[in-house]
Amino acid sequence: MQTRILRILLKKELTLMLRNPLIPRLIVAMPLLVMLVIPLVADLDVKDVGVAVVDRDHSLLSRRLVADMDASASLTVTAVCDTYDEALRHIERGDADVVLTIPSGYFRDLSGGKSPHLDLSANGVNATKGILGAQYASRSLLQTLTRWSAEEGTALPEAATASVLNRYNPTLNFRNYMIPALMVVLLILICGFLPALNLVSEKESGTIEAMNVTPVGRFTFVLSKLIPFWAIGLLVVTVGMLVGWLVYGLVPAGHIAYIYLAAILFTLVMSGLGVSIANRSSTLLQSIFVMFAFIVIFQLMGGLFTPIASMPRWAQVLTYAIPPRYFIEIMRAVYLKGAGIADLWQQYAALAAFALLFCLVAAKTYRKRE
Amino acid sequence: MKTSENVISVRHLTKRFGDFTAVDDLSLDVRKGEIFGFLGANGAGKTTAMRMLCGLSRPTSGSGTVAGFDIVRQPEDIKRHIGYMSQKFSLYGQLTVRENLTLFATIYGMPASDIRRKADEACRALGMDGVRDRPVRDLPLGWKQRLAFTAATLHTPDIVFLDEPTGGVDPATRRKFWEMIYRASSEGMTLFVTTHYLDEAEYCHRVSIMVDGRIRALDSPAGLKQQFRAATMDEVFRIVAQDARRT
Repeated sequence: MQTRILRILLKKELTLMLRNPLIPRLIVAMPLLVMLVIPLVADLDVKDVGVAVVDRDHSLLSRRLVADMDASASLTVTAVCDTYDEALRHIERGDADVVLTIPSGYFRDLSGGKSPHLDLSANGVNATKGILGAQYASRSLLQTLTRWSAEEGTALPEAATASVLNRYNPTLNFRNYMIPALMVVLLILICGFLPALNLVSEKESGTIEAMNVTPVGRFTFVLSKLIPFWAIGLLVVTVGMLVGWLVYGLVPAGHIAYIYLAAILFTLVMSGLGVSIANRSSTLLQSIFVMFAFIVIFQLMGGLFTPIASMPRWAQVLTYAIPPRYFIEIMRAVYLKGAGIADLWQQYAALAAFALLFCLVAAKTYRKRE
Repeated sequence: MKTSENVISVRHLTKRFGDFTAVDDLSLDVRKGEIFGFLGANGAGKTTAMRMLCGLSRPTSGSGTVAGFDIVRQPEDIKRHIGYMSQKFSLYGQLTVRENLTLFATIYGMPASDIRRKADEACRALGMDGVRDRPVRDLPLGWKQRLAFTAATLHTPDIVFLDEPTGGVDPATRRKFWEMIYRASSEGMTLFVTTHYLDEAEYCHRVSIMVDGRIRALDSPAGLKQQFRAATMDEVFRIVAQDARRT
């Protein structure tokens, strides 16, 4: 091991990085920007769901169901109609997202011990709003029914008592879900691109040849390119966690050591990939283009924006080969559930394996001699 | 198989890139302490040949030793005993004069105390005392070249490879540069220099002229002039390179 050479190379990397007009600012500004802006704009929470009601029952209970719904925070009853077709027209016009149909004789049947059905249909055009809206509506209906049955002293039929409970993120706040994942995005970008750009610009300026003609070992040289991004990755995660805490009041439920451990492994994965790509590229443009291809796939298939569980089966299998998947799972589990290494050892093991693999590829594809 | 006489000894070195034979059957001996001029037209294969000798490029075929190590199997050992200055300025532009010298000297394993002393000496000799803490990219080209030479020789390697070290600099700076080359030679280093300036070829102990990947002439400048019945190296070069197809 060439420790003395490695030390001077690291010193060189650090000096060059600090003297670079862009990189130190980028490392601080990018996490701040992403963490401050994206959670505000990429908010998938649903507010102001319009409900068109078709009340064929006209009973006390049906009126109470409608009134309670109108009173709940995110639901507004925009129309009470006589027919389903009329309600659909409200959907088409855009002033309602969900149609609630209360069948005639609903109150009578329920009091008589039968299980009558309430019907909820949602507008699938804006799928998120429709699905979440229907969920909010059914929650509101259940609350009213539960309260009503308690007052009346009657038991609700079995089927009516089912309920949805959102564990770990009780408010279903999209931000809580997004913030841990945004830190993953930051590490993907910073620790993937910077090492690739760094190495390829050494190729373009010719300094890499000056290194290749010296006794610097290729492992030593590659390490000198990987280690600085370890430090940068940790810095980025720290800035991210600080913003999450100070701005959004979100602190990890689990120990932050687990977050740092995952971040170290993941920065190695990304910088290993960046160096490997740089080894095979001769110009900056080439390396940027190839890196971009990886990053798009990583972001779209890593479970960042779209849940892996809702992908087709074959795509779900593919995601096992996508390292950010494990890091996102770890971040969300530690942040929201307070999970530890005992719960997540499989994800940590997978990340460690990828880190080892990518760093080995980075060292193996580095050529001192053509 | 280290020979005391020859520090470079290669036989039948060939480098092909696809169908293109950049260096064709190169055989060459360079003696210890010699200043060897490696001449050739543009595209003759000088740089490729030099890169093979330095362990930057793997020969397609052929064999040989540089600084006593096998050119095919021990390129990393060769690298410990040589210095190399590429055609393109390749010190770190954002690092200062002293940081660059320290970086390369440390890589070659010089003790820290020696580095400080020799770097200071070198800065003084170069007349760069006043700029030693300035980033090297701000220096004029002539200074950069001489600094690059210093970075390649601070660790007193057995052989120094110089790829067109005086390209684009003025005659006065070229003259200073050749003084540095002579000083290095007098300290026992062997210098292997490519150049386009035929007047510089006169300063070399021996000169080879490469045409289309092959060495067409090899002797002392005086010997070459006699052989080709020419008055100057310039004329020798034109006679030898006249049938070059690759220019």
